[in-house]
Amino acid sequence: MRKQEFLDALRTKLSGLPKQDVGERLNFYGEMIDDRVEEGLSEEEAVLDIGSVEEIAAQIIADIPLTKIVKERVKPKRRLRAWEILFLALGSPIWLSLAVAAFAVIFSLYASLWAVIVSLWAVFASLAVCPIGSVPTCVIFAVGGNGASGVAVLAAGIVCLGLSIFMLYGCKAATKGALILTKKMAISIKNRLIKRGEA
Amino acid sequence: MDIQLKRGLLDVCVLAAIKNEDSYGYQIIKDVKPYLEMSESTLYTILKRLELSGMLTVRTSEHAGRLRKYYRITEAGIGRIEDFKREWREVMSIYQFVTKEEAAKK
Repeated sequence: MRKQEFLDALRTKLSGLPKQDVGERLNFYGEMIDDRVEEGLSEEEAVLDIGSVEEIAAQIIADIPLTKIVKERVKPKRRLRAWEILFLALGSPIWLSLAVAAFAVIFSLYASLWAVIVSLWAVFASLAVCPIGSVPTCVIFAVGGNGASGVAVLAAGIVCLGLSIFMLYGCKAATKGALILTKKMAISIKNRLIKRGEA
Repeated sequence: MDIQLKRGLLDVCVLAAIKNEDSYGYQIIKDVKPYLEMSESTLYTILKRLELSGMLTVRTSEHAGRLRKYYRITEAGIGRIEDFKREWREVMSIYQFVTKEEAAKK
């Protein structure tokens, strides 16, 4: 692939991003290719050395904050005409409430994911606290002459402690999973926004 | 290597690469390469971050009939390198303490 082909392909991949950012990055990669050519590589070799367009585009998209991409997408491509503004304003009770509802649904799904994780941690905390309560209870039973019940309570406490150790690993894994999912969601939202930018 | 640690080290390496004289993207990558692997897009992000935080300034100059961006370190950038040296002197003394304990066990 020649330099210009590479830059054109990269530009297409990044077309949903702010124009100024894309221009700056293309200049940067152009310079990187030119410097390699100056060192004696052919244009094709220099492009090969830089890496694949897909990889570079994916890395750039991951680098740019989601808010910036959304801002770029929301920005109208041209000035709106007077009747369009009027239409938007008159229709706002409908589209605005629909948009808010859609956003609320997505947000509540995401919030419930974290609610599950919070409740997992709560189960862990209550299991971990059980043995602390079981010790004085055991003593009270023993003093009251009911030794068998005391031992049973203490045993239950120890079982809870054991379960809580298992829970800790589960909770940690679930939290980590949710964080990875969040990151993946951000990247897929970005990709979707950028794909629409290309169309 | 830990990602956060590598990020901090890369910042300082890039500053070190332009400390003695102004440099450009490809040269910086070549200078840092023996110590830390860094892709083009990583370098771009680092340069941008260092520029925004006032650690370096950028100028565009003509070179061999085309434009090339040159990066110059600022006082703040030199200060960042000095901070790094101070921090790592401490880390090195901790390292010596840790390895001394190990040697004593053997």
